[in-house]
Amino acid sequence: MNGAVERFDEGARRRVGAFGRTVVHPGELVRHPVYTRVLHWGVAIFFILALLTGLAIYTPWLYGALTPLFGGGPTTRLLHPWFSLGFVVLFALQFLNWLEPMTWTRDDRRWMKQMRAYVTNAEEVEPEYVDFFNGGQKLYFWAIVVSAIVFLISGIIMWFPEVFGRVNAAIGYVLHDIAALVMLAGFIVHLYEGTAAQPGTFRSMTRGTVERRWAWTHHPAWYRRATGRDPRADYEAARRRVESQSDPGAR
Amino acid sequence: MPTGTLQIRAISAHSGSVPGLGVQREEEVCKYIDVTTCIGCKACEVACAEWNDMPFQPTAFDNTYQTMPATTWSYWNLIKFNEHQRNDGTLMWLMRKDQCMHCEDPGCLRACPADGAIVQYTNGIVDFQQEHCIGCQYCVSGCPFDIPKFNSATKKMYKCTLCSDRVGQGLEPACIKSCPTGCLKFGTKTDMRALADARARQLREHSGFANAGVYDPPSVGGTHVVYVLHDLTQPELYGGLPAKPTIPATYTVWKRAAKPIGLLLALLAAPVAFFHYITEGPKPPSPGPGNQGPGFGAPGPSSPDSQGPNFGEPRDPR
Repeated sequence: MNGAVERFDEGARRRVGAFGRTVVHPGELVRHPVYTRVLHWGVAIFFILALLTGLAIYTPWLYGALTPLFGGGPTTRLLHPWFSLGFVVLFALQFLNWLEPMTWTRDDRRWMKQMRAYVTNAEEVEPEYVDFFNGGQKLYFWAIVVSAIVFLISGIIMWFPEVFGRVNAAIGYVLHDIAALVMLAGFIVHLYEGTAAQPGTFRSMTRGTVERRWAWTHHPAWYRRATGRDPRADYEAARRRVESQSDPGAR
Repeated sequence: MPTGTLQIRAISAHSGSVPGLGVQREEEVCKYIDVTTCIGCKACEVACAEWNDMPFQPTAFDNTYQTMPATTWSYWNLIKFNEHQRNDGTLMWLMRKDQCMHCEDPGCLRACPADGAIVQYTNGIVDFQQEHCIGCQYCVSGCPFDIPKFNSATKKMYKCTLCSDRVGQGLEPACIKSCPTGCLKFGTKTDMRALADARARQLREHSGFANAGVYDPPSVGGTHVVYVLHDLTQPELYGGLPAKPTIPATYTVWKRAAKPIGLLLALLAAPVAFFHYITEGPKPPSPGPGNQGPGFGAPGPSSPDSQGPNFGEPRDPR
């Protein structure tokens, strides 16, 4: 099973990767290759389209504002399930692509326990065990996986109420709403964390690369694996260099 | 009998007020159906299809005196048939005219997410406005009587209008006009209810139907179609009439309260993120900007940047 997933991922990465490239300048590390970036933005576009069409139907307050974007209520309704299917299919590929680095480990439990320190920026650099993704990123990923499954099942029931019956459709509607709210809240946090909260992160999803100091700051264990160097030692060395430059007479 | 225009009382998924509401007072209308005198002639079915200009459609014969298994998007009025054997061994042919009940508290209207797709007039008629319908079929799950039907060609919902086009002009619905036995009557809710109560009393006191009564279910606030039944305790016998029709909590508690609150809670993530930004601030890569000097980012043994522009996939990162 795992072997099959790995073979599929490798083939997809190779084929999609052939259409684009990742330019790596000195002092940078590749974080997200072409395949991952294409999937991420594909998922993002379909997610936003599904979100806007869904919110239009979600509440009367937004119906009048959002339906004209999609050509009125009937087309909004018509497009929503197809946008959502686009999201589900692309996210399923991303799920396979990220299955291994997103696997929940003991380190993630440790990370969750020190979440307060993470939120308050208590430390300059993340704990040394934080690998390619931290616990919060994995939590968001698995929340999307669960929500997407709930979305898909309840959505199909709501799409064909004459097949599944009125009671199932009414229950599906509630589950669909809950999944949407979880995803919406997570999406807002994701936008913030990927841009304003952590400078230097957004480029990992656009150009695909990050600075080395970004890597040892946020993902020290990944830095160690990717470069074979000690993140803490490199961080300390860089710090000393910056300090000696900004205050040349001190040492 | 009410005449004049149809003033709207409630609009589905409407965030504003209802224009013109309360300017005029109007009598509530009601359809009276006495199942005990229905002979199952189907004149009302024909009149309905004729007046509403419905296309011919094939049907399925299932060995009963029923035109088709259930109402469809183009067949809004159906005499449901049931051969019922009583405890004493005698048979009863139960005929019930099935159509929209025009609930005082309509589940379809509560469920509908499209502004103006379902309206309720002050006279009690619940009407679908196909030009605003988005075909989501939420009304199917909102309706306890299985009435709204989907037309897959137009992607719109259809059901009995209680001939709002006729009633608005001071005429009775087409089904009423065609009934030869007088089992169908039309008038104000007060009058029809009084007539139905009188008929039920007559059945109880003079015809030996001790459980006879009027079906006007309070669980949906009463209906603008009332039935006189031989046995009010077993409405299911009459082609599956629900004993206690209910609107799913999805469209009452959940839609009215939980959905708006849930949305506000989810959107609260935005001000929380902003507050985090202005208090805790961002976390930049460390050490901060500045010339890190030679050796900053010296390539390691398996560093991908030693390969120059990367066309394929790096080994380590994903």
